[in-house]
Amino acid sequence: MNGIHDMGGMHGFGRVEVEPDEPVFHAAWERRTFGMMMAMGWLDYWNVDAFRHAIEKVPAVRYLGDGYYGRWLLALERLLVDAGLLAADEVEARRAGRPPETTPRGAPAPSPRAAGAQREVDRPPRFRAGQAVVARDLQPAGHTRLPGYARRRRGVVARVYPAWVFPDTNAHDRGENPQHVYAVGFAAAELWGAGAEPNATIHVDLFESYLEPDDRDE
Amino acid sequence: MSDGHDDIDERALRAEALEALLTEKGLVTSDELDGIVRHFEEDLGPMNGARVVARAWSDPDYKRRLLDDGTAAIGEFGFEGAQVEHLVAVENTPRVHNVVVCTLCSCYPWGVLGLPPAWYKSPAYRSRVVREPRQLLEEMGLALALEVEIRVWDSSAEIRYLVLPERPAGAEGLSEEELAALVTRDAMIGVARARAAGND
Repeated sequence: MNGIHDMGGMHGFGRVEVEPDEPVFHAAWERRTFGMMMAMGWLDYWNVDAFRHAIEKVPAVRYLGDGYYGRWLLALERLLVDAGLLAADEVEARRAGRPPETTPRGAPAPSPRAAGAQREVDRPPRFRAGQAVVARDLQPAGHTRLPGYARRRRGVVARVYPAWVFPDTNAHDRGENPQHVYAVGFAAAELWGAGAEPNATIHVDLFESYLEPDDRDE
Repeated sequence: MSDGHDDIDERALRAEALEALLTEKGLVTSDELDGIVRHFEEDLGPMNGARVVARAWSDPDYKRRLLDDGTAAIGEFGFEGAQVEHLVAVENTPRVHNVVVCTLCSCYPWGVLGLPPAWYKSPAYRSRVVREPRQLLEEMGLALALEVEIRVWDSSAEIRYLVLPERPAGAEGLSEEELAALVTRDAMIGVARARAAGND
């Protein structure tokens, strides 16, 4: 989705502020939110791609304003409601000390998933290291791991990786569709135009179906 | 941007309500959450990655294994699992400097570096390091000559990257433990060099 999370190349966010001797968590609620998300993730009611998509779906203003673990908290509530484990108003009602007006749909025990997200596939990689490729102009409303800044840009395959579950379908329970992943190097000037910094290459890890051969390379 | 430093915070109240609900529903226990958090606060962190780098600096065979198959090489230390299922180490040299980001969320090699610092997750870092890495690195205190090629790695899939920094001059003869003390988190992300040998 073309959301606020897709930040590569945006202007206007200012300087990077580094906090010396930073603690792992800044508040007790961050610690608990992290723990809850991890513990619930292991129960397999949703997969990691659905988790990432839930964060992307946090409304843009809250995405920026609530901070990293604030996004996790909002995403966790949504995942729990969507999974049928929590009623839509249940957290709000608990906060207000009143009973919820809706009931959770209820969720069947999740079916066991294959471990991890890497998969064996029969077909060989479509692209080879050193090959010129172009990222397709895909703009799905759902989840994708093709950053907007790479779309339609020409790059060169730097590394050929094994196959992983395809996030664009897996996030929506439309199947794993495992496919090879490639680290594709894009020259800064290809991405950012005439004002780009010299002598810089930006590598993006892209799923096979995000790419097509660059026909200028034939 | 406020990120949870206030004592009374709507997010804290919602998290508390949510934990109470999940506990009542039997989905999580308080002890389980304590254990998860303790693991991430105490067992994981850049001290793990620093041991990997220190060995690569002292043992050329290990370095070769690390660059060939990062996952297997960190497995020699027992580092495995969350967010390092497929680890790739990228080597800094006098001519090439690597730096890691995740522009779409904040993917990070937890098993060797722990949880990421706030700046790594910030919109400023995520937006800028792909567009103007040299400028940003300079702002963060790392000035690179124009002849040095910058390679940015945007970890947009399930591969996680670890930067193998250059070994500082004067580090010959140091033990692995002494070397590890020179390896910072920021050096393994690629926004800093390793500490100079002999400086405390």
